[in-house]
Amino acid sequence: MLAVQGAVSEHEAALADVGARTRRVRAPGDLDGLDGLVIPGGESTTFGLVAGESGLLPAVRGRIDAGMPVLGTCAGMIMLADGIAGGGPQPLVGGMDIVVRRNAFGRQVHSFEADVEVPALGAPPMRGIFIRAPWIEAAGPSIEVLAEHGGHPVAARDATRIVAAFHPELTGDRRLHRMFVERVRASAGAQHKEGSVVGAQ
Amino acid sequence: MSDEVATNGTQERATGTETVKAGLARMLKGGVIMDVVDADQARIAEDAGACAVMALERIPAEIRKAGGVARMSDPEMIVGIQEAVSIPVMAKCRIGHHAEAQVLQALEIDYIDESEVLTPADEASHVDKRAFTVPFVCGATDLGEALRRIVEGAAMIRTKGEAGTGNVVEAVRHMKTITQGIRRVVSATAEERFAIAKEMAAPLDLVEWVGANGRLPVVNFSAGGIATPADAALMMYLGAEGVFVGSGIFLSEDPPARARAIVEATTHWDDPAVVARVSRGLREAMPGIEIGDLGDSGLLQTRGW
Repeated sequence: MLAVQGAVSEHEAALADVGARTRRVRAPGDLDGLDGLVIPGGESTTFGLVAGESGLLPAVRGRIDAGMPVLGTCAGMIMLADGIAGGGPQPLVGGMDIVVRRNAFGRQVHSFEADVEVPALGAPPMRGIFIRAPWIEAAGPSIEVLAEHGGHPVAARDATRIVAAFHPELTGDRRLHRMFVERVRASAGAQHKEGSVVGAQ
Repeated sequence: MSDEVATNGTQERATGTETVKAGLARMLKGGVIMDVVDADQARIAEDAGACAVMALERIPAEIRKAGGVARMSDPEMIVGIQEAVSIPVMAKCRIGHHAEAQVLQALEIDYIDESEVLTPADEASHVDKRAFTVPFVCGATDLGEALRRIVEGAAMIRTKGEAGTGNVVEAVRHMKTITQGIRRVVSATAEERFAIAKEMAAPLDLVEWVGANGRLPVVNFSAGGIATPADAALMMYLGAEGVFVGSGIFLSEDPPARARAIVEATTHWDDPAVVARVSRGLREAMPGIEIGDLGDSGLLQTRGW
């Protein structure tokens, strides 16, 4: 869990539900031995500044480039994007071939919940909690869009990253976390052999 | 309050639900919310890593000095701050002032603080916050007060402390009082919880919820008197889920550096080496006030019912 700021304990509870062990990451050294990373919702500007101070952003990017699976929700999705539409520059992890628009649905008074069809997860739809949420403005060929709302992609994945503009950790629906943990398990199984440290079991 | 959110078979958007309102506070956790009086200060706060700003005309220490009736800020100034930053913008209405709250909602403020720092408009009732789409944060000094605000619809609580003093002692008292109240409810029997609900003047179902879960049903920040990075770290150590800093930043000698340091200390509160590093060379903190020197009539924390 990237634990600079934001909804950390909610993701920890969701990950525990699907059988993962978690640790909080605040500095680059905390990444050692981890097999997967979740970047939670929060304020992406705060993440960028505080994580930037300790060199955590390039460290995270390095691990993802080396194949570590990552799940990002809301601000976590922003941090993983290669670019931000219509906004000033801010420090990001980057690496995912998407451009996101921050606060795309408007201020808090326009925050909402709605059912979101995620075909890769089958029925029923997920209950999407959108809080000052971003959307995906543009996605490259490496990106598989997992869900749309109002004509905009709001969840997507590539080979290592799963992102959602909404907050599955605020509901009891663990399907997206399970998708992530299955990836972590597969990737850890491929990288380590029996008996090594794994973040999910 | 509930972790279970049901699907309703429609892609229609439901705004202002309990999950959506309390959810924004969850996204602010571990962060620092800073009082700002203009767009320049708001940008300084955002650039320092604040997770939100509180737009108000005068910081609490100046309100104290000015005396008279303190009211909601000029919408012109609030809009200027909204346009200057991309992080959430909060603003204060007077306790019980439904119309000020409606104005703030019309301005699309992200969170309304029904605040004891302003002069109360109603000496019996607070705003019925359930009727609003915009979420509210309210101050509390003990568990009963926190639960009364939550049943009225508050989606976030902050301990009151004593605003504008630069003295953390009241923030500590209120945070400890709330956590002691929670521990008491947790260890109480079902029969005792009836008596506790009566004594705390709090709804029984919320008292029972706290007993079963060992925490408040909404996020709880600390406020009122935080002036240094170590103050922020102390409040996190005592169980705050984040901090509000009012006068402490822009009344200090070097606001950008102090703002940045308090953000770092809030994230890394359990790493004293980081708190020590960021505390170096910040120049003077705001001048502090001894609580005893305020007298009973000078206390803001006793406003709210």
